Amino acid sequence: MNFELIYNNFFIILSGLDETLELVIISLSLGFIIAIPFALARASSIKILSQSVYYYVFVIRGTPLLVQIYLIYYGLGTIQFVRESFLWFFLKDPFFCGVLALVINTVAYTAEIFRGGIQSVSKGQIESCKSLGMSRFIMYLKIILPCAFRQALPGYGNEMILMVKSTSLISLITIMEMTGLARNIMYKNYAPVEAFLAAGSIYLFLNFLVVQFIKFLEWKYNPHLRIKA
Amino acid sequence: MLRFDLLIFGDAGWGDELLISSFMTILVSLSSMGLGIFIAIFATWAKVSGNIFTRMVANFYTTVIRGIPELLVIYLIFFGGSASIMYVAKIFGYHGYIELNAFTMGTISIGLISAAYSTEVFRGAYSIVSKGQAEASHSLGLSKFHTFYKVLAPQILKHALPGLGNVWQITLKDTALVSVTGLVEIMRQSRIASNVSHSPLTFCLSAALLYLILTTFSSKVFNKLEDYSNRNNVTT
Repeated sequence: MNFELIYNNFFIILSGLDETLELVIISLSLGFIIAIPFALARASSIKILSQSVYYYVFVIRGTPLLVQIYLIYYGLGTIQFVRESFLWFFLKDPFFCGVLALVINTVAYTAEIFRGGIQSVSKGQIESCKSLGMSRFIMYLKIILPCAFRQALPGYGNEMILMVKSTSLISLITIMEMTGLARNIMYKNYAPVEAFLAAGSIYLFLNFLVVQFIKFLEWKYNPHLRIKA
Repeated sequence: MLRFDLLIFGDAGWGDELLISSFMTILVSLSSMGLGIFIAIFATWAKVSGNIFTRMVANFYTTVIRGIPELLVIYLIFFGGSASIMYVAKIFGYHGYIELNAFTMGTISIGLISAAYSTEVFRGAYSIVSKGQAEASHSLGLSKFHTFYKVLAPQILKHALPGLGNVWQITLKDTALVSVTGLVEIMRQSRIASNVSHSPLTFCLSAALLYLILTTFSSKVFNKLEDYSNRNNVTT
């Protein structure tokens, strides 16, 4: 074990942190926003909406993320129609393809988590909303979605951690984020353990922050579950 | 563009190669899952045995593996596996060159990842099975081994089955990452095929379809297993 090498590697790999963070933040926030209508569609009683979201989730959860990334980055570009349209401007950029794949992936998982939350809202709540004469929009905005989000927090926290880990796959389509830099070091110096320790500790720290963030949210939005001192 | 003519069997198409690579994916998944469960049994034991040192080691292992990208673990085994095995062999007096093949490296890395998830599943299942069961069999005079083998293990397995189904799905999908080590499974084969035929769309889609078939089929199998394990449940 070479501690000087770990120390040097640490700063090289740290320079990829901004790429990783960009990928995580962009895809998680976009995924969160898009997942809400998807979850509502999945939980709705309109059959065609709920069925189509079901199949979307089924396909995304049944295939590895790597296949989805390759399909978007290598596959879509070979369609003549895409190459000639304005889409090519975006799809020739590997970063955009990576974000697109991550968003498509996380929307499927997040929609399923939120659906569980929406369906856990008790009937009594909905009935009392109706008896108070609330419109559907206000009912969803003020009662159902906040309750559902509270319920879905632990599951969503797991999804956030999975996303932090998933960004490492984007290194396979030429984006040099932390895993890509770590692989370069392993190739060049043949010091796999040192590079692994340096990169792994940064990922662990990131995930530690995510866990703390989720704990804070749970503490803030589930005050009835706080342990009284 | 989509070219279905590339998917036929025989020399002209890639159908038979893709089929063989699917068996490779199944084989790697099965052996990784087996290795994972084997490690998980010991890791769960370490977690619940009450020894604070073993519990800390096992907690450290599951936390680290579940917090680090799978790809990094695979790179560590891929670049460092042979070297570390030779290092250990040197201690035992063997100075030759040992090289791990891609299958072994893939199994070890995915197995290590899968074990961390299985450990959590087993630990959860263990905590569900009530303490009274162990105490009752102890008071009946069953030996420690029989208590575990005849009373606790079947119940733990029953509660762990749905969780193990999830771990299997994760493991199956994680084997796609082993393609970076050069093992010719579905992902690698479809990359090779698309590079040769310049038709990545065809082969990425076929890879996705193959994975979808595997995951759907295995979730059906796990549903059947769950039905079987719940056959004696009293339903109202």
